Amino acid sequence: MGNFVYDLLGNNLLAYIVVAIVPLLWVLPYALIAILGELKIASWVQDRLGPMRTGWKGVLQPLAEVIKLLQKEDITPANANKPLFNLAPFIMFTGAYATYAAIPFSSKFIAADLNIGLYYIFSISAFAIIGIVMGGWASNNKYSVLGALRAVSQMISYEIPIAVTLLAIAAYSGSLDMQEIIRQQGGGFWNWNLFGGNAPYWKIIFIPFFVGLFVIYFVGSLAETNRVPFDIPEGESEIIAGYHTEYSGMKFAMFFFAEYASMFTVSAIITILFLGGWQSPFGDFLNHPLLQVFWFIAKAMSFIFIQIWLRWTLPRLRVDQLMHISWKVMLPISLVCFFAVAILAMLK
Amino acid sequence: MGQRKTIEIDYGAVDTDRMRLNMGPQHPSTHGVLRLEVELEGEIVTEVVPHIGYLHRCFEKTCEFMTYPQVIPYVDRLDYISSMNNEWPFVMGVEKLLGIQIPEKIEYIRVILAELNRIANHQIAVATFGMDSGAFTPFLYLFRDREMILDLFEKCSGGRLLYNYFWVGGLQHDIPPTFKEDCLAIIKKVRETNAEVNNLLIKNKIFIERITNIGILPADVAINFGCSGPVLRGSGVPYDLRKDEPYSIYDRFDFNVIVGEGAMGTLGDCWDRNIVRVNEMEESCKIIEQAIAQMPDEAVDVRALVPKRVKTPKGEIYCKTENPKGELGFYIVSDGSTQPYRMRTRATSFINLSVLPEISKGYMISDLIMILGSIDIVLGEVDR
Repeated sequence: MGNFVYDLLGNNLLAYIVVAIVPLLWVLPYALIAILGELKIASWVQDRLGPMRTGWKGVLQPLAEVIKLLQKEDITPANANKPLFNLAPFIMFTGAYATYAAIPFSSKFIAADLNIGLYYIFSISAFAIIGIVMGGWASNNKYSVLGALRAVSQMISYEIPIAVTLLAIAAYSGSLDMQEIIRQQGGGFWNWNLFGGNAPYWKIIFIPFFVGLFVIYFVGSLAETNRVPFDIPEGESEIIAGYHTEYSGMKFAMFFFAEYASMFTVSAIITILFLGGWQSPFGDFLNHPLLQVFWFIAKAMSFIFIQIWLRWTLPRLRVDQLMHISWKVMLPISLVCFFAVAILAMLK
Repeated sequence: MGQRKTIEIDYGAVDTDRMRLNMGPQHPSTHGVLRLEVELEGEIVTEVVPHIGYLHRCFEKTCEFMTYPQVIPYVDRLDYISSMNNEWPFVMGVEKLLGIQIPEKIEYIRVILAELNRIANHQIAVATFGMDSGAFTPFLYLFRDREMILDLFEKCSGGRLLYNYFWVGGLQHDIPPTFKEDCLAIIKKVRETNAEVNNLLIKNKIFIERITNIGILPADVAINFGCSGPVLRGSGVPYDLRKDEPYSIYDRFDFNVIVGEGAMGTLGDCWDRNIVRVNEMEESCKIIEQAIAQMPDEAVDVRALVPKRVKTPKGEIYCKTENPKGELGFYIVSDGSTQPYRMRTRATSFINLSVLPEISKGYMISDLIMILGSIDIVLGEVDR
């Protein structure tokens, strides 16, 4: 177990630097792939071709967009609070990237194998909201302030059902350690938490509660990453672009990048909690540490696909409807599911 | 949820201030260069003041210096989404002043083109309304189909947006030989896409939740403000000039006047105004089908009755038609020359927009955008 980098290089500074950089080697190409996916899936949904000119079938389009953003003028509005305005995108990105430290890509690679990994990810991903509020307030723009306020209320509402979901899985696994949660789901897809975990066959009656938690976490993760139908903080038709209205060039790209990075984070967590993380669906078959990377990324990317698919299908909710769903629908259901899962945890 | 909220704030206790927000003229959802001065209490709108005039181009005054045929292209630019419909009341008014009786076939062509343009207008209205709520995909589906209508208009007139096709006494050109087949193909496609958009947007739970019970316009308020078209019919008033004062040959067709029924919430809410437009597309399809079946086959010289020099006798006339957005009327005063002495427009969008402050107080910013979208204005017509 542990980390293949430490096995290779020993426990020294060089190994730490390599470990810190490996997730970045994934995030950068992933962001490009996700942007291309967004463009292409959107165009397929909408009965059009999408970008076709840059490279074969437009595959280089994300690269072109990044270069475009790099070249753009970096505008700071008059009367903006400059230090905060400049700091906000970096805080947002830091929050999004720091979660990658505790994401296990394979049984042989996790940047930081914390025994409270789940807790760490949950708390560090809430970091992004500070960046949003900072950017929204410092922009000296009324739309930005509205967007930031909406983002805060949305984040607070959705953290709670999500937290209950995480608690339920933590109680069931008896651990906050990501690797341990995944290891318990080994031995084929039937042992995934979505299907009741590694309890005996009579777990069938508890499966609806696990599915309930799964749905609640997925809906909550959409709200946490500000994706449609919960893109209220940046609702284009209402408040222009919300908290990042005044941002341009590379600083805007940082917000954009952070959004995609956190999209992967929430997809990774849902994969770890419910779909067995890096476990192969066929037990020990095809479960080599290198193939585990493939399983993990494939599972997570399928959720990215669903997020993109939903974005181009659904309209946006209103603020009060969002609160209604969070507090009056999701929270009670998640509590009921939590109790049911806790009972199963005691019985198994 | 969604109901009008009364706002009572004790200003003595906390130091609070209402925020004044300038929405537009460069806002993505004000449907053009409309500026809304909004006063906000948090998210809730307490006051809306529409400021217009960013697209003002002295339409009425300019018309006094142009001959009647020269006015027609200018009329196109009022409600530039339904130009065919705009030309009609003006052309009809001048024809009545001149006493020209135009051939039956040309009347049929005008009806078909006007109804096609009504479909195109409602497609845009429903599409942009959906986009205001964040649904981007139906917007592109509806715009894709509108292309077919624009292609047919291009075959007829050469223009895709501004046609100058209805002339005093006839038409600019004859219709293309494939006219009937094109119309039937369009109707087929419109019905297919409407079914698709119904599934994707109109019957979407989120969309219904968003637009019911907001922007409630009672029938008496709508009548007092002079609203017309889907805005008035959405409040349950079955007022449609095509039925009530049939002009041209509309008395020959069998179609229903769609009115709002408050099916999802309260009568006269945004849902009702939107569903009136959706269902009116189907009624327009029916009219076009009947018109194509009844249309005489023999060729007509569409320019036979077009006068070389339009010189109206002294007099005045008010001519109105049912435009997609409501009742459009032109009041023309003629002093016996080739130019109108005075021309006055009853601009539908302008009058419908005037009801916005009345129906949008107490709702949220998101609702304000939806209410504005449900009124379906075109700034070219508001500002003239």
